[in-house]
Amino acid sequence: MSSFISIRNLRKSYGAFEALKGINLDIDKGEVVCVIGPSGSGKSTLIRCINRLEDFSAGSEIRVDNIPVKAGRSLAKVRAEVGMVFQNFNLFPHLSVRENIMLAPRRVRGTPRAEAGVLADRLLTRVGIAEQADKYPSQLSGGQQQRVAIARALAMEPQVMLFDEPTSALDPEMVGEVLDVMRDLASTGVTMVVVTHEMGFASQVADRVIFMDGGEIIETGSPQQVLSAPQELRTQSFLSAVLNH
Amino acid sequence: MDIVDTFFNTEVLLRTWPMLMKGLWITLQLGVLSIIAGLALGLGLALLRLYAAKPVQWLTRVYIDIFRSIPLLVLLIVVYYALPFLGLRLSPFASAMTALTMVSGAYAAEIFRAGIQAVPNGQFEASAALGMNYRRTMADVILPQAVKIVIPPLTNNSINVIKDTALASVVAMPDLLKQATQAQALAANPSPLIGAAIIYVVILWPLVAYVSRLERRFGGGNGR
Ligand SMILES: Nc1ncnc2c1ncn2[C@@H]1O[C@H](COP(=O)(O)OP(=O)(O)O)[C@@H](O)[C@H]1O
Ligand SMILES: [Mg+2]
Repeated sequence: MSSFISIRNLRKSYGAFEALKGINLDIDKGEVVCVIGPSGSGKSTLIRCINRLEDFSAGSEIRVDNIPVKAGRSLAKVRAEVGMVFQNFNLFPHLSVRENIMLAPRRVRGTPRAEAGVLADRLLTRVGIAEQADKYPSQLSGGQQQRVAIARALAMEPQVMLFDEPTSALDPEMVGEVLDVMRDLASTGVTMVVVTHEMGFASQVADRVIFMDGGEIIETGSPQQVLSAPQELRTQSFLSAVLNH
Repeated sequence: MDIVDTFFNTEVLLRTWPMLMKGLWITLQLGVLSIIAGLALGLGLALLRLYAAKPVQWLTRVYIDIFRSIPLLVLLIVVYYALPFLGLRLSPFASAMTALTMVSGAYAAEIFRAGIQAVPNGQFEASAALGMNYRRTMADVILPQAVKIVIPPLTNNSINVIKDTALASVVAMPDLLKQATQAQALAANPSPLIGAAIIYVVILWPLVAYVSRLERRFGGGNGR
């Protein structure tokens, strides 16, 4: 059986600058993969290619659940299966928390309003903020906003969840509540690709850790292998910089 | 002859009042229809300007820049007096509405564009990641946020359209100004003109005050 997410020879350039230099990566269904690496190494670009928020060079190929990720009709199918959580939440500021979650099910799936409302409330309970449903995003703390963003993505019942540094914009005391929700999610069998600087989370939750630098995957393996006994020099120096920080 | 009798002659005003009201009705029709058509045109132009194929974007920009440069009176006269040479003869109302719409549409396009561009890119990305298509993203996410930004400048634009309807009197449109000048000629007294001026102010003052309030609340906003 082929892997759930398959990335072949992924290249992406911004003008003359090559941000991804031929990435090959296979991710199984239900796997939790954490991507680490220095700033500018191409982590965001990599996961943004998976749902084609960035387009990529011809010759590159990405498949999700065997559907090719390319412009056109199949892209809608891919995006329906792939949820994304951003560093800056990107909640819809003109909609209440409940409406933020209801919007995509209603508009993409055609879920009736009442049903979408029930779904939203169930998801808000799951991420622990049921009582905030009628507030607007600006009235919530950063940690609460990010939990709404996770609930919003889950409303489309994705098979894959992409996280791009979901806790980097948060005050330190709010990081835990978001990581707890993600840990919960990981145990439900959703495939997760998480760009993060939270080494504790990576070592406890990830099935596999990928270290990137300069647009390439430098090292990949279990959290123990990559985080505790890295083989590559660049991984070692990155980790010592992060841990002594 | 004292000044009140000359400029505020109640007897003349009362006698010519029905004429002024007829003119006002036409001014309002022309203004409101041109504003609505201009908004629709402006939104369409803004979307083309931002998202169409490159050559169409360029053409849209040329249109917008030309119609923001041309004096409305010149355009109006071209539409009314020159187009008939091409076999296109529009009524005074249609000529005035065409000219007003084309110009106010160009201004509205720039306002909409600025409003859409002021919505952070993350909103487009979040919508795309949720699987929403372009139309739904615009209708449910981007435009509702852009509208708040564009209401003060669009209201300014609408005020200008209503003021500019007065230019239509040069193509024999019986609008408020035209009726007032005719009434003045009939009565041999300028009171109807003063009456018309007061009517314009009474109609537009609330809108002007409304924009000032919004601009104070949101801090800024740019008019024409
Ligand atoms: N829109 C863009 N235009 C030009 N260069 C970009 C753009 N986005 C990212 N880059 C460059 O691509 C490289 C990888 O960026 P990114 O994937 O955001 O890195 P990371 O998420 O690992 O910090 C960086 O050098 C960055 O400067
Ligand atoms: Mg990044």
